Amino acid sequence: MTAFLQFVIDWLSLGSAYALMALGLVIVYGILRLVNFAYGELIMVTGYTLFLLKGSPMPWLVMAVIAVCMAIFTGILTDYVAFRPVREKSVTAVLITSFAFSTLLQNAALLFISPRPRNVPLPDIFSETVVFLGLFVPVRNLLTIGLALTLFAVFALLMKRTIFGIAMRAAATHFTMARMLGVPANLIISAAFAVSGLLAGVVAVVWIGRIGAVVPGIGLEPLLIAFIATVVGGMRSLQGAVLGGFILAFIDMGLNFTLPQDLLKFRDAFTFSAVILILLWRPEGLIKGPSSGRRV
Amino acid sequence: MLEITDLEVRYGPVQAVKGISLRVEKGEIVALLGANGAGKSSTLLAIAGALPATSGEIRLDGEDVTPLSPERMVCKGLSMVPETRDVFPDLTVMENLKLGAFIRRHDREATSANLERMLALFPILQQRSDQAAGTLSGGEQQMLVIARAMMSQPRILLLDEPSLGLAPRIVDQIFDMIVELRISGLTILLVEQNAGKALEIADRAYVVRLGEIAASGSAKEVATSFDLKALYLGG
Repeated sequence: MTAFLQFVIDWLSLGSAYALMALGLVIVYGILRLVNFAYGELIMVTGYTLFLLKGSPMPWLVMAVIAVCMAIFTGILTDYVAFRPVREKSVTAVLITSFAFSTLLQNAALLFISPRPRNVPLPDIFSETVVFLGLFVPVRNLLTIGLALTLFAVFALLMKRTIFGIAMRAAATHFTMARMLGVPANLIISAAFAVSGLLAGVVAVVWIGRIGAVVPGIGLEPLLIAFIATVVGGMRSLQGAVLGGFILAFIDMGLNFTLPQDLLKFRDAFTFSAVILILLWRPEGLIKGPSSGRRV
Repeated sequence: MLEITDLEVRYGPVQAVKGISLRVEKGEIVALLGANGAGKSSTLLAIAGALPATSGEIRLDGEDVTPLSPERMVCKGLSMVPETRDVFPDLTVMENLKLGAFIRRHDREATSANLERMLALFPILQQRSDQAAGTLSGGEQQMLVIARAMMSQPRILLLDEPSLGLAPRIVDQIFDMIVELRISGLTILLVEQNAGKALEIADRAYVVRLGEIAASGSAKEVATSFDLKALYLGG
C-alpha cells in the first residue's frame, strides 16, 4: 500500500511537470503547426536568470517571478526572431530558424556564463520533506502538483471564458478563418508564445529545483519530453498534451519501480518502445483534435 | 462602395483569376456566377485579404485596400463567409458568435443588441447556443457562419456559395434571410452556383469564365440573355 501511494505521488508530481512542458509546446504548435525547437531554451533562460540573481537581497519568490518573466520575454523574442520573419515562407525555414535560435541561446550561455553546472538559489522548502499519509514526501513534489493544478485551472478558465481564449482556440482550429473574423494573427501568435514562456518558466523553476543547478544543455530533456508527450496525447489538442504528459510520466515511473537495477540505465529505451506501441495503436495520438485544421 | 480593377490571383503556377474588374454599389446585392473553378472563390478570398492579389487593385469606399490582411479588412467593415463553411467545430455556437464580434469586443451594448438581432433572425441558433458547432446540420452551420460574420457589424458582406449542398427548403430559408439582411442596409457580394436562385434576389450580376468576366448586367438581363446551363457545363 505504501509503495503504491509512493508511486502515485511520484507519478503525479512528475506527470504535472511533464504536462506543463507539453502544454507550453502545444499551445504554439496548435496555432502555427510548427514545433518551437527553441522551447527548451526557455527553461535554460529561467535557470540562468535565477543563477544571475543569486546573492541579490530580493526574496526568493521575487527572483522566481523575474525568472519566469524572462522566460515569457524570451518566448515572445523567439516569435520575433525565429518565426515572424519566415513564418509565411516555408516550414523548413522556420524549423531551421528555431534550431538556430536555440543554438544561439545555448552558445551565449556557454560563452558568457560557463559550460559547467551553475547552482541556482533555492529556498529551503525545496529540500524539505513532509510526512504525508504516512510517507516521507519531498515538499517540492507536492508543490509541483499544486502549481500544475492551479495553472491548469486558470488556463482552462481563460481559454473558456475570455474572448482571447476563445480566439486562441479558434486560431488553433482554422487560423485563416479566425483572421477573417478580425482576430489579429500577430497578436494571437505572440500571446501563444507568451503563454508558452509562462508555462516553461514555471516548470523550469520546479524542474531545476529537483537538480539544483543549470547547464547550457538543460533544455534538451524537457523539449524531448514535451515533444513526446504531445505526440502521444495528440498534437492537436490541449487536453491531449496534458494527458500525454501524465502517460509519459506513468511509463517512466512505472519502469523506475519495476525494472531491475541493471536495466534501469536502459529506461529510455523501454520508454520509447512503449511510446512506439502507443503510436502504432493510435497514430494520431490519444486525443484527436478538430478535423479541419490547416497551417497558416 | 467596392471597386475591383484588373484583379489577378495566382496559386503557384496556376492563374486562378486573370484580370477581373467589378463594382458593388452601396445597398446592392451583386451576384458573381460561373462554373466550378472559374475563379469566383479566389476573387472573394483576395478581396477579403486571405489570398494575395498578384496584381490589380481593390478599393473600398475609394480607399486602396489591396494589400490589407484579413483582420484589417474586417476592421474596414468587410466580412467574408467562405464556401468551406468554416464553423469552429469544437467551440459552442455561442462562442462562435462571440468570436465574430472580436473587433467589437469593447462595445458590449452594441454587440449584445446585435446578438439579439442575429438570434431573432436565426432562431435555431438560440436553441443550439450551448452545443458544439460541429454537431450542427449543414444548414444550421451555414446560418451560424452568416450570423457570425454579421457579428462584426460589417457594411459589406461577401457570401461564397451559401446554398452549397443544402436541401431546397433550407436554401429558400437562407435566401430569405439574405434578403432581410439587405433590407437592413447591408451590401452583399454573392457567389453562387445556383444561378437561378441568385438572380432572383440580385440587382446585378457578373458571369465569370476561366478567371475572366464573360458577361455582366442587371440580374434580368443576365437571366434572359445568357444560357446559364451552358455556363455551368463550361460552354
